[in-house]
Amino acid sequence: MATMHTPQIVETNHPGHWKKSVKTGLKYIPLLILIFFFTFPLVFMIVSSFKRDNLQIFADLRSMRAFLPVGELTLDNYRAVFINSNFPRYLMNSIGLTIVTILLAMLVNSMAAYALSRLKWRGQKLALSVIIATLIIPGQAVIMPMLLLVASLPAISFEGGVIALTQGWLDTYYVQVIPFVTSAFSIFLFYQFFQDIPKELDEAALVDGANRFQIYYRIIVPMSGPVFASVAILTFISSWNAFLWPIMTVQSDNLRPVMVGLLFFFQRDVQWAEVMAYTTMITIPVLLFFFLFQSAFVKSVATSGLKG
Amino acid sequence: MTAPTVPIEKSEGKPKKERQIIVGLLMAAPAFLLMILFLVTPFFGGIYFSFTNQRLIAATETEVVGFRNYTRLLSLSVLPLEPVVDETTGQPVLDETGELTYPRSREITRDEENYPQYAGLTEWFTFDVGDTRYVVLAGDPNFYRSIVNNFFFAIVVIPLQTGLALLLALLVNQGLRGQTFFRTMYFAPVVTSMVVVSIVWKFLYDPNNGLINEMISTLTFGAVGPINWLGNPSIAMWAIIIMSVWQGVGMQMMLFIAGLQQIPGSLYEATSIDGANTWQEFRHITLPGLRNVMVFIFLTITIAAFQLFDQVFVMTNGGPDNATTTTVFHMYREGFREQKIGYASAIAVIFFLIIVGINLIQRYAVKEKEA
Repeated sequence: MATMHTPQIVETNHPGHWKKSVKTGLKYIPLLILIFFFTFPLVFMIVSSFKRDNLQIFADLRSMRAFLPVGELTLDNYRAVFINSNFPRYLMNSIGLTIVTILLAMLVNSMAAYALSRLKWRGQKLALSVIIATLIIPGQAVIMPMLLLVASLPAISFEGGVIALTQGWLDTYYVQVIPFVTSAFSIFLFYQFFQDIPKELDEAALVDGANRFQIYYRIIVPMSGPVFASVAILTFISSWNAFLWPIMTVQSDNLRPVMVGLLFFFQRDVQWAEVMAYTTMITIPVLLFFFLFQSAFVKSVATSGLKG
Repeated sequence: MTAPTVPIEKSEGKPKKERQIIVGLLMAAPAFLLMILFLVTPFFGGIYFSFTNQRLIAATETEVVGFRNYTRLLSLSVLPLEPVVDETTGQPVLDETGELTYPRSREITRDEENYPQYAGLTEWFTFDVGDTRYVVLAGDPNFYRSIVNNFFFAIVVIPLQTGLALLLALLVNQGLRGQTFFRTMYFAPVVTSMVVVSIVWKFLYDPNNGLINEMISTLTFGAVGPINWLGNPSIAMWAIIIMSVWQGVGMQMMLFIAGLQQIPGSLYEATSIDGANTWQEFRHITLPGLRNVMVFIFLTITIAAFQLFDQVFVMTNGGPDNATTTTVFHMYREGFREQKIGYASAIAVIFFLIIVGINLIQRYAVKEKEA
C-alpha cells in the first residue's frame, strides 16, 4: 500500500514542472472536443444565416468554412425574414404573451402558496395534497379535452370599439395565456420557499398592525427573490417555446407566436440561410439571457425535471 | 390541524380568524379556479370522453360507446396462415424469388362472414415459424407501433444519456480552471427551443446537403456513404435519439455535478489513505453517493421519453412508415387532425397510466433500497 503513494510524492518533487502542465493540458482535450460536439449545430446555424444562399452554404459544407463566417456575407436573410414573413408580429406576440404569462404566474401562484403556507383556513391541508397530487398529470394528458373546453368558453371581444360576448377562446390571445398561468409545480416551489421564512416575522408584523395581505407583499415577496426568479425562468422557457397548443388553437397568422410562425416560414421557404436567420433571432436572446443569469437558469431548469 | 390555534384566536375574538379565512380563500382563489378549469375539468372530462365518440366539431350527437375506444386501441390477435397450395399439383406456389406465398391477411380480416373474430383488425407485423406465417393483428397497429417506439427510445436513451451525463459531470468537476465555462457550453442546448433544434438538425441530417453526412464522409475518407437519416425507417428513430441526447444531456450533467459536490471529500481522503485506485474510488464512493440523483434522473428521462413529440412533429411527421410515431404524436393525429377527441382521450388515459406506472416503479425502487 505504501508503494502506491511513492509515484505521487516523486511527481510533486520532480524538478521539471512541465510534465505536470502537459498532463493538465491533456485533460482539456476531451473538454474541447465536447465543446465542438455541443456547439457545432448552433455555430453552424449562426454562421449560415449570414451566407448568401443555399449554394454557398452547400459549397462550404465540405470544409471548416461551414463553421466560419467567410465568403460573401450578407444581412439580406435577416431583411428577408422581416419582409417576407410576419416575423415582427410573431415576435411581438411572443414577447407580449410571455411577459403577461410570467407576471400572472408569479402573482397567482405566489398568492396561493402564501395562503397555503401562512393562513389557516378549512380544507387547507387537503388543497395542498391535491396540488401535489396533480404534479403527476402531464400537460399532454389533458390537452385533447382542453381543446374542446376552450372552444366552448365564453369570451369578450372588442370589435370595432364594440364590446361583445362571444363563444369560444379559439384564435385569441387569452387561449395562449390563461391556461398556463397556474402550475402546481410553481405553487409547490413557492410553498417550499415560504415555509422556510420564519413565522416570527409575520407575528411581529401582525403586532405592528399589518394585515395578512400586507404581510404578503411587504415581507414575504421582498424576501423571496430567488423563488420568483425560478418561476419566472421556468414560465419564460415554456411560454417562449409554446408550440403544440398554439398550433391547435390559433389559426390567424396575426396571433401566432414565434415557434409556430417558424414552422410556417420553414414549410413555405427552404431558403436555409433565411430559416437560419429566423432561428438565430429567436435563439440568441435566450442564450444571452442564459449566459447572463447562468446559475439561476441552471438551478431552476434542473429542479423542473418532474414538471409535465 | 387548526386545533392548537383555536384557543388563542378565540380569546382575541372571532372576527380576526374569520378575516384570515376570507383573505386566505381570496388569495388562493385565482390559482384554484384556474386549476379546476384547466387541469381538473379536462382531466376528468378526458376520462369521460374516452368512453364516448366525441368529435372536435360535432356533426352528430355524441354517444356513450362504452369500452369501444379501448377495445379498438388494445385488441390484439394472431392469425396463422398456411402457404398457398396449387390445387391441381398439391405443390406450394412459389413466387419469383422461390419463396413460399401466403394469402393476404386483408382477405381474411375483411371476410366478416367466415372470420368474425378477425373483423376490424389490421396487420401489425408477421413472423414465420416453419412454413406457417403468423400475422399479428391489432385494432390500431399504429398505437402499438407508437408504444413500441416510445419503449425503444426509452431503452436506448436512458443508459446513453445517463452514462454520457455522468461522464461529462466527472470531466467538468476535476477542479480544472475554466470548468464553469465548459459546463455552460454543454448546457446551452438545453435552453434552446426544441423546435429550433429540430429544424437545425433536420438540415444537418439532410441526405444530400447535410453537414453530418459531410463530416462522416470526411472522417472516413468517403468510406461511409450518404446516410438517409430521417428517410430510412430503421435509422430515423436513431437520428431522433442522437439529437435528443445532444439537446438534453446537459441537464442531467448539472444534476450529477450537484450530486458529486454533495459527496463529502473526507470519504475520498479516507480511501486514498487505504490505497484505493481511481476506479475503486468511483465504484465504492462516487456511484453509491450518486444513487438518489441517479434514481431521479432515470425517472425524469423515462417520463420525457414517453412525452416525445416536438422532434417527431417537426422532423419526420411520424414517418417513414410510422417508424417514429410516438404515443403523444398518435394522440395529436387522432384528436386534432382526425378530430376524434373521444378516441384521442382514450390514448391520453393510457398515456397517463403509463406515466403513473413509471412513477410507482420509481417510488418502489427507492423504498426497496432504503429498506
